[in-house]
Amino acid sequence: MTLTSTGTRQQINVRVANVTKKFDDVVAVDNLTLEITGGEFLSLLGPSGCGKTTTLRMLGGFEEPSAGSIYFGDRDVTNLPPHQRDVNTVFQSYALFPHLSVTDNIAFGLRRKGVSKSEAKLRVDEMLTLVDLEGRGERKPHQLSGGQQQRVALARALVNKPQLLLLDEPMSALDAKLRKTMQLELKRIQSQVGITFLYVTHDQEEAMTMSDRIVVMNRGRIEGLGSPRDVYEQPSTEFVATFLGASNLVAATLERGTGDVALAHHAHGTFRSPAHRLPPGLTGAVKCGVRPEKIQIRALGDRVAADENSLTGRVLISTFMGVGNQYVVAAPQGEEFVVYAQNSGQTHAPRSGEEVLLTWPVEHSFVVQPSGDQSPEGESS
Amino acid sequence: MEREVRWYSYRFVSGTRRRERLVSRLAPYLLGLPAIVWLAVFFLIPLALMLVKALQECNPATGVCVMTWHWSSLSDAWTNSSTIIFRSVTYAAIATVIDLVLSFPIAYWIAFYAGRRKNFFLIMLLVPFFVSFVIRTVIWKFLLSSDGLVVHSLQALHLVSSDYQILGTTGAVIAGLAYNFLPFTALPLYVSLERLNPALLEASHDLYAGRITTFRRVVLPLCAPGIFAAFLLTFIPAFGDYVNQQVLGGFGNTMVGTVIQNLFLVNNDFSAGSALSVIVMGISLIGIVIYGRLLGSKSIGDFV
Repeated sequence: MTLTSTGTRQQINVRVANVTKKFDDVVAVDNLTLEITGGEFLSLLGPSGCGKTTTLRMLGGFEEPSAGSIYFGDRDVTNLPPHQRDVNTVFQSYALFPHLSVTDNIAFGLRRKGVSKSEAKLRVDEMLTLVDLEGRGERKPHQLSGGQQQRVALARALVNKPQLLLLDEPMSALDAKLRKTMQLELKRIQSQVGITFLYVTHDQEEAMTMSDRIVVMNRGRIEGLGSPRDVYEQPSTEFVATFLGASNLVAATLERGTGDVALAHHAHGTFRSPAHRLPPGLTGAVKCGVRPEKIQIRALGDRVAADENSLTGRVLISTFMGVGNQYVVAAPQGEEFVVYAQNSGQTHAPRSGEEVLLTWPVEHSFVVQPSGDQSPEGESS
Repeated sequence: MEREVRWYSYRFVSGTRRRERLVSRLAPYLLGLPAIVWLAVFFLIPLALMLVKALQECNPATGVCVMTWHWSSLSDAWTNSSTIIFRSVTYAAIATVIDLVLSFPIAYWIAFYAGRRKNFFLIMLLVPFFVSFVIRTVIWKFLLSSDGLVVHSLQALHLVSSDYQILGTTGAVIAGLAYNFLPFTALPLYVSLERLNPALLEASHDLYAGRITTFRRVVLPLCAPGIFAAFLLTFIPAFGDYVNQQVLGGFGNTMVGTVIQNLFLVNNDFSAGSALSVIVMGISLIGIVIYGRLLGSKSIGDFV
């Protein structure tokens, strides 16, 4: 199953340059600069109200930036209306035309571009195969399930082979199981057609599963940008560390050493962290963190390896979750550390009240800029 | 399991239980009874009487009617009034089209751009219609008369000659009809536009359709039931109307409503009046049947 003409299509980069969008006095997008590489799957991830959908709508032409420019390749498209842009959108509500059949829905864009009826029919059939809806062309949208409607919406956008495909939380109406299937499906389709995807979501798992790169947004700004692994393992701000997965964070003072290890002094000691991972320009008051699954929970008095950070504490809560155990451990100064231990059947599971030793490799330690009062809001599970 | 239990209880219900069940099954009908009686007494019976009267011969002097089964009264009514019926259809159709053209932008604007003040603008649209229909039309008579505001202004601007007349013309009748029945067009249009998901318009723009194409390919087809409902709700009362023609019209533009009124109240010819009414009703029914056939009978209820 291949698409006949997508392979030859020249991929261009899309550039968002210093774009700001204000609604009355509310700044939805704040001086955003972003380069989307041709052919990549990029996700805009963030809580509701972080400006991700507004960014998507500006790329689609549904909103005009208050300041800044948007370029497709070298072409400035900032003030171009949607119907003159080589962009298509999969809307959150799908927005399928209820009065048209599946085929006519998918052919809508092609017909407007002047593609002949017979040619459009061929390309629609090709699309129906791609999204696994062969033989459903004559149905009306309301005769399809939610998942099928979503695939029609995708086909209706993809059939036009746009330079950029925008997807505005397209899975939010699907149930969890279907969502998992569709994530893999969408990734497959994207690699098959080779079109640049910009995917807006507040679901971190969705973003991580599918994306080549993730942009984490908060309050109209970019807080983190990179491959899912990089953004997760080396969060650049406190917001990213807590919004994307969970993090244990302690306030600390940063001391940049000359070697490859930086020191973060905190209330009950010092955590070491790889120096090459420090966000540039970071000094003074910082937060030092580690992911719950990177911590090993061990018996008090165990030997700590040279390349490990360590901390002693008392288990407050021990929760069995099937695939693993989750512990809340109180450090001497009262900070609570969440520890996640895989249920591999080998480790000893401490009970509540037990004194334990927490260790983790230095390389899994990270240092971030504190976000101040800008704690993540909204869905972060 | 649940099914078995149900079956069991069904077979062994006691007498009182069974009675309760009967009452709860009849409840909707009992609740509907007053409305059914009301409709029967004040709507169905007069309707039947009208059909009966059309087949009777009535003495204009005494008002006594005898059943003659003369179906020819219907064909006579048609022969005598077909010109006037066609004229009425034409006037009503023109007035309705004018209303559609006038109300569509208003309804569109209120539905998509009025924001939180939607209800305010809807009420503004309806305020003039809180005044009695006849009084409104009589006021129009003052406005349109030869020494009234409109003709005077036009003459002052040298747009028309000094003997120019509006009152009494066909134009005045049609304008009056269009004015009086405007809400019947605007409201169903508003309802159907209000329901239109704005994301569909964005989707259309996203798929390379400009404003005009979007209107033609998305807005119009999705509003078709509303447009048709608006057409019927305006056309039917305009077709049977007799006030506008009597107040604003003159010779040569008599409408069928006026003829029926005269047959009943001036000529005392109940038989001919009823026969003509039956024909008018038949024509209106044809419109409703076409609507049902084209757009389904379910959607008409949404707009009435």
